[in-house]
Formats: sequence, C-alpha cells, structure tokens
Amino acid sequence: MNVIDFIEIGPVPAGLFRELARAVAEEVGVAWRAMEHPLDPEYALIPNRVQYNSTEIVTDLIDMKPKDSLRIMGITEVDLCIPILTFVFGEAQLGCCAAVASLHRLHQEFYGLPPDPRLLFERAVKEILHELGHTFGLRHCPDYSCVMHSSTIVDEIDLKGDTYCSPCRQSVEACKAKRSAASS
Amino acid sequence: MESGEIRILVVDDEMVVRDSLASWFEEEGYEVGTAASGKEALQRMQEGSWDIGLLDIKMPGMDGLELQRKMKEIDPAVQIIIMTAYASVQTAVDALKDGAYDYIVKPFDPDQLVHIIRNATEHKKLSADSERLRRKVDEETEEQTVIGESAQMRRVMELVRQVARTDSTVLILGESGTGKELIARAIHNHSPRRYMPIVTVNCGALPEGILESELFGHEKGAFTGAQYKRKGKFELADGGTIFLDEISDISSKTQSDLLRVLEEKKITRVGGNREIVVDFRVIAATNRDLAGSVKEGRFRQDLYYRLNVFSIELAPLRERPEDILPIARHFLKKFNLAMGRQVKGFTPDTERKLIAHDWPGNVRELENAIERAYVVSEADLIGAYCLPFSDEAGISGNKVESLTEVEKKHIEKALLKTGWNISRAAKLLEIDRVTLYNKIKKFDLQRPE
Repeated sequence: MNVIDFIEIGPVPAGLFRELARAVAEEVGVAWRAMEHPLDPEYALIPNRVQYNSTEIVTDLIDMKPKDSLRIMGITEVDLCIPILTFVFGEAQLGCCAAVASLHRLHQEFYGLPPDPRLLFERAVKEILHELGHTFGLRHCPDYSCVMHSSTIVDEIDLKGDTYCSPCRQSVEACKAKRSAASS
Repeated sequence: MESGEIRILVVDDEMVVRDSLASWFEEEGYEVGTAASGKEALQRMQEGSWDIGLLDIKMPGMDGLELQRKMKEIDPAVQIIIMTAYASVQTAVDALKDGAYDYIVKPFDPDQLVHIIRNATEHKKLSADSERLRRKVDEETEEQTVIGESAQMRRVMELVRQVARTDSTVLILGESGTGKELIARAIHNHSPRRYMPIVTVNCGALPEGILESELFGHEKGAFTGAQYKRKGKFELADGGTIFLDEISDISSKTQSDLLRVLEEKKITRVGGNREIVVDFRVIAATNRDLAGSVKEGRFRQDLYYRLNVFSIELAPLRERPEDILPIARHFLKKFNLAMGRQVKGFTPDTERKLIAHDWPGNVRELENAIERAYVVSEADLIGAYCLPFSDEAGISGNKVESLTEVEKKHIEKALLKTGWNISRAAKLLEIDRVTLYNKIKKFDLQRPE
C-alpha cells in the first residue's frame, strides 16, 4: 500500500502531529508513518525576517524521502516564506514528492483571538491536503468547496471544504495507481 | 478570462524571485515565462504575446522602466506591474506615468499579488472590450452616412465635418422630416465626443413641468409622484451631446432655465439645491422660423444667439430632386437587410413618380412610402402601383400655384418676350406703365445681364 511519511520540522505538539497525519492519510487513502527524527529548520532561517525559507526546506525533504514512500510531508510551527512573498501557508513542488505546511498562521492567537484547537486542526488538515495535492500535480481548483481552491488568507481556508472535488480526487487516485503499478 | 488563458512574464535578475514566482503562478494555473534581463524579456516578447509583465525595477543593464517602455512599444496591450524593493512614491509615480498598470513592493503579500494580477487581467479584458466597442461605433458611424448627392447636401456634409471638430452649439433648421436628427447624429458621430452618448429630447412633445424634470432631473419628493431621485437628460448626456429637437416650442420659463444651463454648464435638479457640473455639447433643431419668433417676442433673443452659433439649414426634398433616388435606394437596401429579401430596385415608372412627387413630408415620407411599397411588392423591381400616392397627388407638375406666383411669372414672361421694353410689355399685359413699374418693384424682378 502507498505510504506517506510525515516529518516534524522543529517542535510540533506530538498529539496534534499524529492526529493530523492520521486524518490526512485517511482522506488521501494511504498508510502513514512518522519519521523518527525531526528536522531542525534553523538552516532555513532568514534572520532579518524571522521567517524560514520554505523552498530550502522542501529541497531538503526531497532528499530525505524514503524510497518506498509515496510522498514526504513536513509539518512545522515556524512561520514560512519565500523571498518574494511576505509569507506562505505552505509550499510544494508541483508534481514532485515533497511538501511543507506551517501551522504558524493557522492559530487563532496569531490574529489576536483566543485559542481554538478544533479550528486549528481543521485548518491544518486542509492546508496539508492542499500542499499534498500540488505534489500530485494539482493546480488551484476553481471549485470553492474543493480543498485545492486557492487561499491566500486564513478566512479563505475556513471557507473551502476539507476534501478534494471529484476531478481533483481522480487525479490523486491516478497518481497513487501509477505509483502502485511502478512498485509492484 | 480563465487563469489558464493568461500569460505572465516575470522579469527579474534574481533567480530565486523568478523561480518562486513562476512556481507560485503555475500553482494558480497561469502560464508563466521568465527572463533574467530586459534583453531576454524583449526576446521573449518576439516569441509570442504576454498579457502581464511583472518587471523588477532595478536590474543591471536595462531597468524596469526602460523595459516597460520597450515592451509597450512592441505590444501596447500588455499590462505592466513594476516590482520594487523600495517603497518610494517617486518610483511609483514614474512607473505609472510611463503607463504601468500598478506597482508592488517586495516582498509582497500573497493576497495582494492575487488581487493585483486579477485586476490587471480584468483591466486588460475591459481595455480589449472598450477597443472592440470603439471599432463598432466607428463602423456604425460609417454606415450611418447621410445620403445625398445634391449640391445642397454636399454643402451640409461639409458643414457637418467642419463643425463636428469644434464644441460649438449648432442650430439645425429645416422642415419636418428633412432629417434634422440624422444631421445631429452625424455631427456627434464625427466629433471627439462620439464614444459618449447622444441624448435626444423632443421639447415640443412635453408639457412645461415635465420638460423641466426631463431636462434637469428631479430629487425624491420634488413633486407628487417623484418617489425616486432621477437624473435629467443633461446629466445623461455628460461627456456627450444633447439634441434639443423642436426647440421653438419651449415655454419662456424653460427658455430662461436653458439659457442659464448653457451659460454656466451647471444644472440643478428640480426640488434640489445642489449644482451639478455637466459637460455637454448642444445641438438644437426647429422646423419653425426661430428668428421670426424672436421678433415676435415668443423666443428669447439671448437664447437664440446662444443656440445660433453655427446654423445648418436643410433644404426640403422637393428642392433637391437629385437626392430622391439615392435616398430611396438606401431605404430599399435597409429593408432588404431588415426583412431578408433581395428586392433589386425600382421600375423606371416608379423612379419617375418618385422624382415627380412633391414630398411634403420630406425624407420621412419617402421612407414610409418605400417601406409600404416594399411590403406590397412581390416582384424583384418595385412597380409604381405599390407607391402609396396617385399620379396626381403631390406631383409638382400638377401643383396649383398661388395667384401671386402666376402673376409674377406672367409679367416676367412678358418682359422677356419684349426684351424688357416696358411700354410694349405693359401694352401686352394691358396695364399702364406705372402699374408695371410697381409690379416689377413688388416682385423684385431683375433685368437679365
């Protein structure tokens, strides 16, 4: 069976990390594993912005992916960005094998609001599924209810659904089938 | 436009910027190209057209502003967004002055980038739509050419072209049905205001109170039944032309209001107290003797002078018979298009009758006659029996002239026959010489050179 490897990038609450991995794997329809050693993101720090370069992290994750793995997915609490953008919720290389998602801007506290663990979990599942979708070759989806719909602010993450729409789902399934065929 | 149809060219000397923007736009579904310098960007412009150019302002060699100018020379429709690392007002002003759609300060917010790209796309689409509509207006303007081969109509069209270039008020004079509105539209269509509306008001058709509200608009509650605020024709014509037909029929109160509006170019809605500045050109028309109305005190002299800056007089159709057949053929073509038939023309007899008819209702009557004949006729050529008038009615040859006209012609004939010998002509006419002299003076008869 296809498997996705999840990796902590910097400290992430263990319970939350495992719950996210389980929920995402269930939606994608694959098995999951937690990588033993977390990745220290300090090498990707952009000091003057106090943010971490997500492109550098994704590049490293590609090298770290176990051979038997379908995808490698990093989850982090640090704030991610790319040099040209003030921040990103996550990054993936289109049609590649690795992605990273940040929980930093998914916390209600980031917006000066009281903590809401349930909302954080929902947002994180959507963001991870979204970045994984890009690794399956999916672009942003015009369907507002699809998890692949573009979201550049957190409100847009809340508005969209937490599953792939039918055409996006088909693409994910096609990628999985291709991988299964190649490994058998 | 779907995002997949949009092509974005990212030009930046920093590879990390090019790559990250390229992958970000790809995820958004755009088609992306990159260039590391102005020179490379211009090469990519030769390969195909780009909808949006995202240019870094500071690059070695050619900077973003220079590149923007060159890209616009190659493709004026490309929307340029300048990226700058320095939030300088001067940079932004320079970029926008040079025709950039917008500028964005690095690093930018993803949401801001999404919006700026969407807006630039929408702007490009609207510009293309606007250009299409302008071309359509120009095509229709050409189609609406005034028909006429007579010297009078050629002179009218020359005046139309002359006055159209200016913003002068025009007064069009002519009998009913001579095509005064068509001339007003021709002036508008040849003027710099042609892409803005032309609004027509038939001043004679409306009672005073309603005309005032129609022209200047009204505020909510201005009068019984004014449940909503309403813009008047002057406001609707803002930027364009207002055509005031049957201007001689307006009341003295409306004449006075109109004079003020023409002088100040400001209107106040009925029931309102706020002055609204409006930009319009006035073309007025009448089938009456407006100068006579001024003499009789029925029309304000100052308003008359305001309107009569440039006047165009349209001759009745009976005075330019050479225009009858071209106009008739024009209407035939119009009905062929509208009704999907292929009627080829008129029989010689029909043409003779059309020319001989007096056309008291002028072009309007001619159009109605052709439409009626078109409907009745079943042949390729419209026969005379299809025309809605008999041989006798309204034909110049059978027209009964007034006694004065007959007298004048008769005296003229006698004078010509006698070589303007007053004694012999008087004898021929059986009147005395003094009476003949008085008649010559009365009818203003001139001895030929």
